[in-house]
Amino acid sequence: GRELGMLDSLLSLGGLVLLWDSVEWEGRSLLKALVKKSALCGEQVHILGCEVSEEEFREGFDSDINNRLVYHDFFRDPLNWSKTEEALPGGPLGALRAICKRTDPGPVTIALDSLSWLLLHLPCTTLCQALHAVSHQDSCPGDSSPVGKVSVLGLLHEELHGPGPVGALSSLAQTEVTLGGTKGQASAHILCRRPRQRPTDQTQWFSILPDFSLDLQEGPSVESQPCSDPHIPPVSKNARARTRKCSLGSGQRGEHKSCRGW
Amino acid sequence: MFVELNNLLNTTPDRAEQGKLTLLCDAKTDGSFLVHHFLSFYLKGMGRIDAGVNLTVARERGQLVFLEGLKSAVDVFFQTQEEPHPLQFLREANAGNLKPLFEFVREALKPVDGGEARWTYPVLLVDDLSVLLSLGVGAVAVLDFIHYCRATVCWELKGNMVILVHDSGDVEDEENDILLNGVSHQSHLILRAEGLATGFCRDVHGQLRILWRRPSQPTAQRDQSLTYQYKIQDKSVSFFAKGMSPAVL
Repeated sequence: GRELGMLDSLLSLGGLVLLWDSVEWEGRSLLKALVKKSALCGEQVHILGCEVSEEEFREGFDSDINNRLVYHDFFRDPLNWSKTEEALPGGPLGALRAICKRTDPGPVTIALDSLSWLLLHLPCTTLCQALHAVSHQDSCPGDSSPVGKVSVLGLLHEELHGPGPVGALSSLAQTEVTLGGTKGQASAHILCRRPRQRPTDQTQWFSILPDFSLDLQEGPSVESQPCSDPHIPPVSKNARARTRKCSLGSGQRGEHKSCRGW
Repeated sequence: MFVELNNLLNTTPDRAEQGKLTLLCDAKTDGSFLVHHFLSFYLKGMGRIDAGVNLTVARERGQLVFLEGLKSAVDVFFQTQEEPHPLQFLREANAGNLKPLFEFVREALKPVDGGEARWTYPVLLVDDLSVLLSLGVGAVAVLDFIHYCRATVCWELKGNMVILVHDSGDVEDEENDILLNGVSHQSHLILRAEGLATGFCRDVHGQLRILWRRPSQPTAQRDQSLTYQYKIQDKSVSFFAKGMSPAVL
C-alpha cells in the first residue's frame, strides 16, 4: 500500500536526503538501490565517488543503468598526491557546482558517496552552504530558466561526526533515513519534513536484491504518525549518533548509539 | 596460522579473496595473535614456503618487506635529510599528511626489475595504526593514508590489507574513535578481540566478534556477524561458542 512505499518514493520529494548508516548496517547498498531507481525513472544521475572505486560502485548494475550514471572520480587521488593534471579541478564542491550549472532542465539526482568524507575534509559551513544551494536549486528566486527537481542523496556514517555537524545537516534535510535492523533483517527509519506540515516518520523493513532492486517487506511496522519533536539534539557531548524520541520498529536503534567502533 | 580461524572465516591461503581490507581490533586484550595469523596466512599463500613460515627466509626472498617504525623514527632525527623519509612527519611541527609514508609503501610494492615475481598479489599489514595518532598525526590524516593505500593495494594491484587498531575502551579518545570507526567503514571484514567483561579467566582468554561487510552483491538475509570465545595455547588458538569452553563442559 501507500505506507509501504515510503522508502520507494523517497526521491519524489526532491531536496536533500540523508542516509545514515553504521558499521553494523552499511548504507551503500541502499544508496545504490535509490540511484538505480532514479536512473530507471529517466533522471540524470551523478555520483560523487570518494570512498569506493568506480568499478565497485557500478558493480551489480546492468548496462542500461550504468549508461545513465555519470561517475565523478574522487577515489583514486582525492587529495592530488600524484600531482598529475588528472585531478578534477575545484574538487568535489567544484564538481557539485558544475552539475548544477547544467543546461538540461530535467530532474537530476546527485549521490554523495560519501557525505561523511566531504564533512571530514571540508569546513562544515562551506559544505552546508553548497548543499543548501544545490538542493534548493529548483526554487531559486530570480532565475528565469526553469530547472528540474534536484535530489541530493548523502551517505553519512553516523559514528564519525559530532553533534554540531549532525544538527547542521539535519536542519537542511528534507528526509532522513536511518538504517538499522535485527536478526539479519534490515530496516529504515524514515523521517520526512514537508513544508508547512508536521514531520512524519515511519519504519520500513526491506531487503536489497542482487540487482539492487528494493524489496519492501511487511514487518513489525509502525503506523505513520506525526513526530512530536522533529529535531532532538544529542544529550551528551559523547553522543556521536543522533538520538530521537520517535519510536523505532526494530528496537535496535539504541544499540549502535554507543559508537565505540563495533 | 590458526586453522580453526580459517574455518570460521571460511577461507584458506590458496583461495583467499583479493582486493579486501580486513580490520583487526582489540579492546581490553592483546590482539597481536590475529596479526600473527594473517602474516602466516598470506606468506603461506605465496606458495613457496614448504614447511612452516620462516620470516627471515621470506625477507631474504623479498616476499616480506618490513618497515621497522621504531628504528626508522630514530633514523629520521639522526640522519641527514637527503630525500623524503617515510616518517617525515616526525620532523614537522604540524604533521600535515602521511604522503611520504604512502610513497614508501607504493615504492615497496613495485615489482623488482627482472627476476621472478615476488608475490601473486601484495598484502599490506599495518601493526599498528593507533601508534600514528600517538605520534601526533590527526585521525583524518591517518584515514587519508589508509585510503590511498587501499586505492593502490586493493584496487590497483588487487591485493589485500590487514590493519590493527586498538580500541581505547572506556577512555575517551575522540581521535581514536574517529580512526577506528573510519577504518571500520572502509573494511570488508572486521575481527574484534575483546577481553571478558568478568575479567581474567584461565580457560577463556577473550571473545572474538566477526563482522562481514561490503559484499560485492547484497543478499536478502545473511548472518552478518558471529561471536566466539577463544583460548590461546602454545601454538594454536581454539575457538568455541559462548559458554562452551571445554573446561566448562
